[in-house]
Amino acid sequence: MSEELSVVGQSLVKPDAYQKVSGQTRFADDLALPRMLFGRILRSSHPHARILSVDTGRARALPGVLAVLTGEDLPIKFGILPVSQDEEALASETVRYVGDPIAAVAAMDEWIADEALALIEVQYKALPQYMGIEEAIAGEGEPIHGQSNVHKAVALEFGDTEEAVQRADHVREDVVFFEGNTHLPMEQHAALAQFAQDGKLTLWTSSQTPHYVHRALGKVLELPMSRIRVIATPNGGGFGGKSDIFAHELVAAKLAMATGRPVKITLTREEVFYAHRGRHPVLMKVKTGFTREGVITAMQFQSFLDGGGYGSYGVASTYYTGALQALTYAIPRYRFEGVRLFTNKPPCGPKRGHGTPQPRFALETHFDKVAEELGLDPVALRLRNLPSANSRTVNWLRITSCGLRECIERVAAESRFLERRKAMPPGRGLGFAVSSYLTGAGTAIYWNDMPHSEVQLKVDRNGGVALLCGAIDIGQGSDHILAAIAAEVLGIRLDDIQLTTADTDLTPIDLGSYSSRVTFMAGNAAKAAAEKVRARLFEVAARTLQCDAEELVARDRQIFRRGRPRDTMPFSEAVRLAEAEGGVVSGSGSYTPPKLAGPYKGAGVGPSPAYSFSAAVVEVDVDVKTGEVRVPEVWVAHDIGRAINPVLVVGQVEGSVYMALGEALMEEQTFRLGLHRSPSLLDYKSPTALETPIMHTYLVETIDPEGPFGAKEAGQGPLLPVIPAVANAVYNAVGVRIDEVPITPEKVLKAMSDKSRRVGPKGVPAFTFPELVKADVPDEWKGR
Amino acid sequence: MATMDKVPVRLRVNGEEAAVMVAPYKTLLEVLREDLGLTGTKHGCELGECSTCAVLVDGKPYLSCLAMPLDLESREITTVEGLARGSQPHPLQVAFAELGAAQCGYCTPAMLLTARALLDHEPEPSRDAIKQALSGVLCRCTGYAKIFEAVELAASRTEHPVV
Repeated sequence: MSEELSVVGQSLVKPDAYQKVSGQTRFADDLALPRMLFGRILRSSHPHARILSVDTGRARALPGVLAVLTGEDLPIKFGILPVSQDEEALASETVRYVGDPIAAVAAMDEWIADEALALIEVQYKALPQYMGIEEAIAGEGEPIHGQSNVHKAVALEFGDTEEAVQRADHVREDVVFFEGNTHLPMEQHAALAQFAQDGKLTLWTSSQTPHYVHRALGKVLELPMSRIRVIATPNGGGFGGKSDIFAHELVAAKLAMATGRPVKITLTREEVFYAHRGRHPVLMKVKTGFTREGVITAMQFQSFLDGGGYGSYGVASTYYTGALQALTYAIPRYRFEGVRLFTNKPPCGPKRGHGTPQPRFALETHFDKVAEELGLDPVALRLRNLPSANSRTVNWLRITSCGLRECIERVAAESRFLERRKAMPPGRGLGFAVSSYLTGAGTAIYWNDMPHSEVQLKVDRNGGVALLCGAIDIGQGSDHILAAIAAEVLGIRLDDIQLTTADTDLTPIDLGSYSSRVTFMAGNAAKAAAEKVRARLFEVAARTLQCDAEELVARDRQIFRRGRPRDTMPFSEAVRLAEAEGGVVSGSGSYTPPKLAGPYKGAGVGPSPAYSFSAAVVEVDVDVKTGEVRVPEVWVAHDIGRAINPVLVVGQVEGSVYMALGEALMEEQTFRLGLHRSPSLLDYKSPTALETPIMHTYLVETIDPEGPFGAKEAGQGPLLPVIPAVANAVYNAVGVRIDEVPITPEKVLKAMSDKSRRVGPKGVPAFTFPELVKADVPDEWKGR
Repeated sequence: MATMDKVPVRLRVNGEEAAVMVAPYKTLLEVLREDLGLTGTKHGCELGECSTCAVLVDGKPYLSCLAMPLDLESREITTVEGLARGSQPHPLQVAFAELGAAQCGYCTPAMLLTARALLDHEPEPSRDAIKQALSGVLCRCTGYAKIFEAVELAASRTEHPVV
């Protein structure tokens, strides 16, 4: 990158900003079509039951009702993962959580639709209920699916951990619990379907993964994918909560097919809580051996995931709870056993950090305790176990760039962590933690050998550039990333780029806004496409400027000779020459991640073309009378690779800190008799403006060799260290260990009055994991 | 309910008179979005808990999901569509765009209007006053910090009329 960058690295106003501040952004529920009907879904009031009958007669007879659907109308099962095709758009035989869809209505308005739902009579026969991990394992009676409530169990070992733990100087074991919580996007999910008389279906939906919705619609509705168009509308917040296939998307489509009229379904806030697919409750046991100096010899990790009623992304979630341990620390031998249980609650899935905030909480609080036992400070312990750039972990994850040391040193210095932590005023404490995260999953959720992201560019003869890509902006700023990268390569301005995104009829594939993949993958595709267009323009410009194309530079809407800026032509002139000579000036680019999976079953979850790293220091102020924990200040350093737009990256970090604090201190999705305890924005506590701490963000740029202009991810990684840093700060402040998220005032008070000075789980349930698969380890770890 | 007659409502929205026939059970939120085409006003709960639907009524933040249009005849209603002067954005809109205070943009209309009510009343608010004023509006994306900074930037750029 010898040339100076003019768009990349600048805190420019993102392309969709003015639409957003003017209220012109059209979210899914803002859309309306002539003759549009409104759909509503009847949901199970039982956590686990056989459906004996569904009587829709009275609903069908209600004036203003145009269609009623039940399970038999949509019999084909689906699921986001090919291995978990266990959902029905409308349950036909069994309901597995309160909120499971049973029937649907299309009516003239939502009031009539609601009235119709109330007229549908469902007879249930109750089945045994499994409301948590232990009950699901005990599994007495009919299981939720198949032969047992065990959805997925894995057991992997890399090197002989037992031997290493035996000979370690110091061994510690901890058991911790991370309660489930939900994404809570401010926009409720909505979908609008239109079915034309020629058999073409169009679905507008608030989805992070329009391509996967496209595939599911084809399967469930038995329509050729060429007759289905999915348009993802800008998401009013996603955080992973709109990356599954949802019943209302399939039902809206089917209702549109049944009535021949457009049908819109917008979920109520309560339905959003029950649709969920959020953070799994996870019970974990971690055991680590250390040398006297604090160097890890081996780790054994167990996770028990409370999965809810369906598979969703759960197989991936299970692996993720064990995948990144040896990435954040250099762990020479590692054992992971994980199990996901079906329970009679809304399905869990991916929320920001997908399956990794829970183990992060376990490891970072565990390490805080170990550091104290070894007489080391928490920073020193981390620095003794750093992963290396350009290396491979014991479970075969390839690390390219790694700025973890810099992140650690930066937050420690800026917060004066080591000096201040020993002399905090009463009730005040500082906590420290580190983390790492993927920059995009290295494998697609269904097996294929095609690119993960593709971009097409078409140059207008006046110099404007149309950029088409399947990526959907969910607020993270992906539109900006695409435009900035293309503009940088072509040497034009951000507003010369016109974006068309996330429309399966028009845009080439992007797999979706999940796993922090868009900047890296769609960004690389945009870069490749722009480089092709630039090469074509340089070819014609070189002839006019009488030089070699290699000598040319594109910048400030000019194409000129490097070192001879007077030999120049406007970008638009080069376009005109190229178009006159050969027709439409266009180019496409695509990105396929390198094949990185290790040689063992289950190696597909964890590999990523690059990893981000973060470190955080959190300051807390604990009210010893009420147990309330306040967070006045947070320091986060994040290895971003390169910030394509610093203001957007800082926004992702601050948003991550916010969401982490909510999870650490108050957010929890819990149930009583199968019912959500807090399915409203008032009862589900989340931080407000008043709880906002002072946030210091430090961007560490390691310029990843494979990232577009060196960029890595920012959307998820910075959330990870903050939660355990809060717990460690609480210990520093008042000397109690809250080994259970969220850290509520009740738990703090209980720990302070208890002899153990701790609140947390006592152990893990008896469970027989599968026989350990002893995987081969990379050469560099052999014999260590 | 299905056949309930519509009633005439006369509203004043963003300085314009709007006379519409609406179902009498519809909230102001629904009338704005569905009958007047002002979809800039969003909904987050429709229970008065998140303030996503806030508009200004006579300059003060007002939850449109709890308001009945018939009660608001002759009052001055402002939605996000009424913030700009023609195509000239309000200083708050410029500041929100520049500082990345709108990520997904869904809470943004309510944040902007609530901030505008604050600045109209208190042209140079402290950080604490901004936090207090915006504390009822939930945002899940930004962590609020950029929103505070944007309100401060807009305040610093606005020339205040001498009272």
